[in-house]
Amino acid sequence: MSALVVNNLCKSFGGLRVTTNVCLDGAPGERRLIIGPNGAGKTTLFNLITGELTADAGWVKLFDRDITRLPTRKRAHLGMARTYQIITLFPQNTIAHNVTLALLGLSRLRWNPWAELVRQEHLAMQAREALRRVGLAQIADRPLSQTSYGERRRVEIAMALAQNPKVLLLDEPFAGLSIDERQEVRKLLLAIPRDVTIVMIEHDMDVALDFADRISLLHFGEVIVEGTRAEVVANPRTREVYLGE
Amino acid sequence: MSGLQSPPMTRAFNGRHLAMAAAVLALIAVPYAIPEGYYVNIASQILLYAIFAMGLNVLVGYAGLVSLGHAGLFGIAAYVVAYLLAAGHSHTVAILAALVISLVSTAGFAALSLRASGISFIMITLALGEIIWGVAYRWISLTNGDNGISVATRPAPFGFSLSSATGFYYATLIVFLLAMAAVAIFVRSPLGAALCGTRDQPRRMNALGYHVWMIRFCAFMFSGLLTAVAGVLFVYYTEFISPQALALTASAEGLLMVISGGAGTLLGPVFGAALVVIVKNVVSAYVTRWNFMLGAIFVAIVVFMPEGFVPGAVRLARAAWRKRGRSRPAIAIAESRPCTEHMNVEREP
Repeated sequence: MSALVVNNLCKSFGGLRVTTNVCLDGAPGERRLIIGPNGAGKTTLFNLITGELTADAGWVKLFDRDITRLPTRKRAHLGMARTYQIITLFPQNTIAHNVTLALLGLSRLRWNPWAELVRQEHLAMQAREALRRVGLAQIADRPLSQTSYGERRRVEIAMALAQNPKVLLLDEPFAGLSIDERQEVRKLLLAIPRDVTIVMIEHDMDVALDFADRISLLHFGEVIVEGTRAEVVANPRTREVYLGE
Repeated sequence: MSGLQSPPMTRAFNGRHLAMAAAVLALIAVPYAIPEGYYVNIASQILLYAIFAMGLNVLVGYAGLVSLGHAGLFGIAAYVVAYLLAAGHSHTVAILAALVISLVSTAGFAALSLRASGISFIMITLALGEIIWGVAYRWISLTNGDNGISVATRPAPFGFSLSSATGFYYATLIVFLLAMAAVAIFVRSPLGAALCGTRDQPRRMNALGYHVWMIRFCAFMFSGLLTAVAGVLFVYYTEFISPQALALTASAEGLLMVISGGAGTLLGPVFGAALVVIVKNVVSAYVTRWNFMLGAIFVAIVVFMPEGFVPGAVRLARAAWRKRGRSRPAIAIAESRPCTEHMNVEREP
C-alpha cells in the first residue's frame, strides 16, 4: 500500500495549465523530493494534495483512501501535515502557543469554550516536546515577533511534527536560511522517523539531493523526469531545464 | 506557558484580581455615590451598551469580522419583548422568546454573511441590518412603524422590583458581570484561541485541522446572544422601542465603542460604551455640538492610540513608567494585542 498516490492531477487557472497529468507514488517512509524551476507548479501541486486548491481532474489517495473531494481540515485529521514556503505563523503569540494551536487542531478540546487553554498540561508538554525536537525548547515562551527567520522556519516544522503526521509535505524548508541554519534544519529532517512519509519541495540541490530516495522534476506543471538521485541527475533533460545547459 | 508559575506573573495576577474586586465594588457603590436617578440611569445605559459592545467585540476584535448590522439583532430582541408584552404575554415568555428568535436570526445572519470576509462581510451585515430596520419601519401592522411600541411594566424577578432607577441598575449590573465573565472565559478557552487563530491565519488554521467556518459561526452566535441580551435590557430601560434603535447609526455607534475602546480587549468595549453614552447624554447638556466633540475625541484616539484607548493607555503608561528610570519587567506587548495578554510571558526589558 502506498502512503500517498497522486494520479493524473490537473489544474488550470483560466487558460494557464499549472498542473498537467501529474502522477506521484510515495511508498510509506519514502523521502520524495520535488524539484523544478520557478513557476513549475510545485507549490500548486502541494495545494492540490492538501486540498487548498481543488483539482480539475485526477485523484489523490492517502493510504488507499480517496481524499480528492475531502476538505483540507479533514486531510489534516487523516495524518497529512504541511509547512509553508511563505512563513504562515501567528506572530502575536509565543512560539509555544503556535505549536499548541497545531496540537489543538487535532484535539477534540478545540471546541471547548470554557476550559482555560494555558492550564491544559498535556498540550503544554507535547508542545514543549515538539519544540525540543527542533531545538527551540529554551525559547518556547518568546513571542514569535521576536524570533529570527531561521527560528520561524523551525517553528513551521515543529508545528507540522507536533501533529504526528503520516505524510509530511515540506514546502522549501531551507528557503532563506544561512548555511549554518541549513545544516541544522537538515539534521532535524534526517532525525524524523522513517514511519513518516516526506514529500519535499526544494530549490537547493546541495542540501536536498542526498536527503531524497526519489526525485520528481517538475517543468511547466508536468513531471518530466522521475527516478533515483543518480538517474535524475544523469538525465539530460534535467540538465536542460534545471541546471540550465 | 510555564511562565505562569513564575513569581512575577503570580504577583501581576494578584494585582489584577485586586483591581477587579475594586472595580466591582465601585460599580456596586454607584447608586450610593450618585443618588440622583438620572445619573444612575446613565450608568445603567453604559452597562447595557457595554454588553452590546462586548458582543460586537467578539466578532470585530477576536474573529476579525467587522459587522455593521448588529443593531438589527439588538432591535429584533427589543421588538420581540415589546410585541409579546403588548400582546399580553408574561415577562418570562417575552424574554425567552426574544433570546430564541434573536439567536435564530443571528444564525441566519451568520449563514449569509460568513460566505465572505473583509469588506464583503461588512457589506452583507450592513444590508441585513438595513432589512431589519426596513421591516421595523415599514411593516406597520407588526411593528407600529415609526410610532414604535411602548412597554408598560418592567419585570420583578424574585419579587425584586426593577421599576426604580437603582433596582434596574443592579439588575443590569448583574447581567453585565455575567456577560463580562462569559467573554473573559471564552477568550482564554481553546475555542477562543482557535477563533483568534482564524482571525490571524485562516488558511493555516484550516490546514491544521480546524473548521474555520464553524468556529466563526460559533463566535457569531455568542456575539448575537450578548447583543440580544443588551437589546432586552434596552427595551426595558427605555420602556419603548422604535426603528431608530435599529438604524445604521446605532450599528456604527456600537462599532465606534469597540474600536475607540480597543477591539480584541476585555475592557475596551466597556470604556468605549462609557465614552459614547456620557458624551451623548451628559456632555450634550452643556455643549450643543456634542457630535462634533465625540468626533474630535475619536480622532484623537485614532491619532494617539490607534489600537484603542484601553491598550493605548496601558502602552503610554508603561512608556512613562520606563522614562522615570524604574526597571521593571515589562509584559511583552501584553494588552496591546488581543488574545495575547494571557499567552505572552514576562521577559526582561
